[in-house]
Amino acid sequence: MITKRIIPCLDVRNGRVVKGVNFEGLNDVASPVELAQYYSKCGADELVFYDITASAEGRKLFTDILCETAKKVFIPLTVGGGINTVDDFDRVLKCGADKVSVNSGAIRNPDLVSQAAKLYGDQCVVISADVKRVDGVFRVFAKGGRENTGLEAIEWIKRCVGSGAGEVVLNSIDTDGVKRGFDLEMLEKVSNTVSVPVIASGGAGNIEDFITLFKTLPKVDAGLAASIFHFGEVRIASLKEAMAANGIPARLQRGA
Amino acid sequence: MLAVIDYGVGNLFSLRSSLEFLGVETVVTSDKTEIEKADRIILPGVGAFEDAAKKLRDTGMAELVKRQANSGKPVMGICLGMQLLFEKSFEYGVHEGLGLIEGFVRPLTDIVPRELKIPQMGWNALEFTKPDCPVFKYIENGDYVYFVHSYYAADCDKDTAAVCDYGARVTAAVSKGNVFGCQFHPEKSGDTGLSILKAFSEV
Repeated sequence: MITKRIIPCLDVRNGRVVKGVNFEGLNDVASPVELAQYYSKCGADELVFYDITASAEGRKLFTDILCETAKKVFIPLTVGGGINTVDDFDRVLKCGADKVSVNSGAIRNPDLVSQAAKLYGDQCVVISADVKRVDGVFRVFAKGGRENTGLEAIEWIKRCVGSGAGEVVLNSIDTDGVKRGFDLEMLEKVSNTVSVPVIASGGAGNIEDFITLFKTLPKVDAGLAASIFHFGEVRIASLKEAMAANGIPARLQRGA
Repeated sequence: MLAVIDYGVGNLFSLRSSLEFLGVETVVTSDKTEIEKADRIILPGVGAFEDAAKKLRDTGMAELVKRQANSGKPVMGICLGMQLLFEKSFEYGVHEGLGLIEGFVRPLTDIVPRELKIPQMGWNALEFTKPDCPVFKYIENGDYVYFVHSYYAADCDKDTAAVCDYGARVTAAVSKGNVFGCQFHPEKSGDTGLSILKAFSEV
């Protein structure tokens, strides 16, 4: 049976992980390569590398780090941040990324999804949407959640999937950082609308939140989080064990 | 020396990296002499069957791979590379494969219940049907590997080495003498995948 995926997200700026804190058995928690190796060993099913630099030098450093990671970590890698053109896809795919996630780039250029899907295949293109309720309507936000695009979220996601996006990362701005659980209402709407995998993001505070997510919404394929993994509030191995104990298909490490 | 055949299909960065990580002497090449000299061959591939099969034929790689496999050299196909080992694929029409393994490539939609998503994307457990298959030497029944595919190998029971459960029994690995195939991506399947590649490098 295919398992539900657990995905840590690493924000990388100037070649370092932002939010890296303190880990036993890890010398340099701010090293994306070391942190990625650590997560892979702990049983992460996939990793997201998010480039939050804006400068050209930062971008070069990011791709160098991505290459170095892909030489040592052998689980699927998704890259996001600063993806605006097909050339950006090419740049990160050459460095070992398996999937590329687009957000603002697709809002600015709606043809980006279809162009990339045609070149690299649907399975390679991930649409990432930052969504927030505004007067009771789900709206897509751009620029890291600062700017309301006015786009209605469900229609937007449907359109992107129609253009060839093979996966959806739904990040709820309303629950992000609150640590009171994923945005089940928003996730239910989206996972009932599209037939491609949906990854839940924003709001997980503890193991129970993941269990609730997968039990309530069996159509959701994966759960993504950042700081709760980085800060060690949720250990991936314990999360996987709890999932298995609750009858949720999970990939357990052998001997773990 | 292990030769990964580069025929212009897909990105070989991760496959090369995983073999180098294992310390397997590897060359990624389209050079026929180099491929003939190698002591084992990996046929990779992502994308559409028709396009890949045409590229293999146009570059003369199809004949070369067949000759090498028939001479007893270990050959492993990965993902689309595995599907290309079969006689025919029914992906958008009917297309000839290499015919090294008997069977056909058919859409997952033929056998997978409608509520499951296509492609199958994610980690699934291997259920060995040939536990003695040499590429399973360092792994165990039930270990997880990473899949991304919309088509599967059918009518190949006697050469099926492992299946996975995706609402139906789906061919996950095949073996026939010195010819092996993985529907999943060993280069993206963590320690389990690396162990499979290591075992192949020792076949």
